Amino acid sequence: MKEILLIAFAAIITENFIFSRFLGICPFLGVSEKPSTAAGMGFAVMFVMTISSALTWLVYKFILVPSGLEYIKTIAFILIIAALVQIIEMFLKKFVPSLYQALGIYLPLITTNCAVLGAALLNIQNGFSFVESVVFGLSAAIGFTVALLVFAGVRERLRFSNPPEAFKGLPILLVSAGLIAMAFSGFSGISL
Amino acid sequence: MSKETKKIITDGLFDKNPILVQLLGTCATLAVTTSVSNGVAMGLSTTAVLVCSNLFISLLRNFIPKEVRIASYIVVISGFVTAVELLIKAFLPEINKSLGVFIPLIVVNCIILSRAESFASKNKPALAVLDGLSMGAGFTLALVVVSAIREVLGSGTLMGYKVTPESFEPSLMFVMSAGAFFTLALVIAGMNKILSVIKKRAEKKEVE
Repeated sequence: MKEILLIAFAAIITENFIFSRFLGICPFLGVSEKPSTAAGMGFAVMFVMTISSALTWLVYKFILVPSGLEYIKTIAFILIIAALVQIIEMFLKKFVPSLYQALGIYLPLITTNCAVLGAALLNIQNGFSFVESVVFGLSAAIGFTVALLVFAGVRERLRFSNPPEAFKGLPILLVSAGLIAMAFSGFSGISL
Repeated sequence: MSKETKKIITDGLFDKNPILVQLLGTCATLAVTTSVSNGVAMGLSTTAVLVCSNLFISLLRNFIPKEVRIASYIVVISGFVTAVELLIKAFLPEINKSLGVFIPLIVVNCIILSRAESFASKNKPALAVLDGLSMGAGFTLALVVVSAIREVLGSGTLMGYKVTPESFEPSLMFVMSAGAFFTLALVIAGMNKILSVIKKRAEKKEVE
């Protein structure tokens, strides 16, 4: 139990996917315009990442390893993720239209979110068990969402700031992200 | 050199530089630029994948059905990424250790998919290869600039050799994640500044 808590804590705070592992930066910069879109993307990622962590682990353990095909795991995982996103999209559209309305536009973007593939690959690399993989996937996604929400809050303020001409647009966003990353790196002193 | 090829080359290196202008592939940029050798390794492996996938997708452009094109591109790309990953694992174990999970993650590097979709699927193989080379060179160039700044300020070395005087105290912050964001911000801001100065000069000339 303790180990599972440790994995969750590390993935959410000390080794936050965005601020210390640099996974999922594209959606982080892309959809953090408003807190509401950030939350939508966050929940969509949480949904997909938990299921994909479970699925890729099972496929790796019970299909790829027995047939000696470990080396094609990247290809297999990206296909699983792409198919999963498609299935989830169709499922939600048919059975939970309200949720589909909320997450719809973010779902296709998730296929190329490196956080999802990254989590699947890290599960294998770290030799996690099935439960650990699912917990890691879910908590990494929670960390991603937290980072996205914090940054969306900062960006709302940024709109009223007046940076130097050359820093307008992306550079000032990166500087703010750097400042938040600095705050997050304070957590890395915590040893459990 | 024809006008078209010249445009492809300057597009990749400067006008549409994948990192500094289009801001694609930021994850890899921020994560691996702690030292110049890492940056170069990442740049070259991405270039290799980009050239191969551009060539293949351009050759197959008349055979891939439109509806499943993205999925087909991803399969082609991840095939080449796996090949590069295996090569690096076999011949450069050091690099494999320091780049870690970011080598397989080249699959989801948006630069490669975006070139496949916006260039390779519409152009002849020779041009697609050239586009891959110039985009890859632009990516590598930006990685080298960012990683050189981070390595000198963060550990006082360049390509592993000490370059700063004894009195210089390296600032650990530049090796950490916050420094990655700051350095990229500075490089992009510098690029914006240079581009705006060039633009102003061109406008002045036109007026005269």
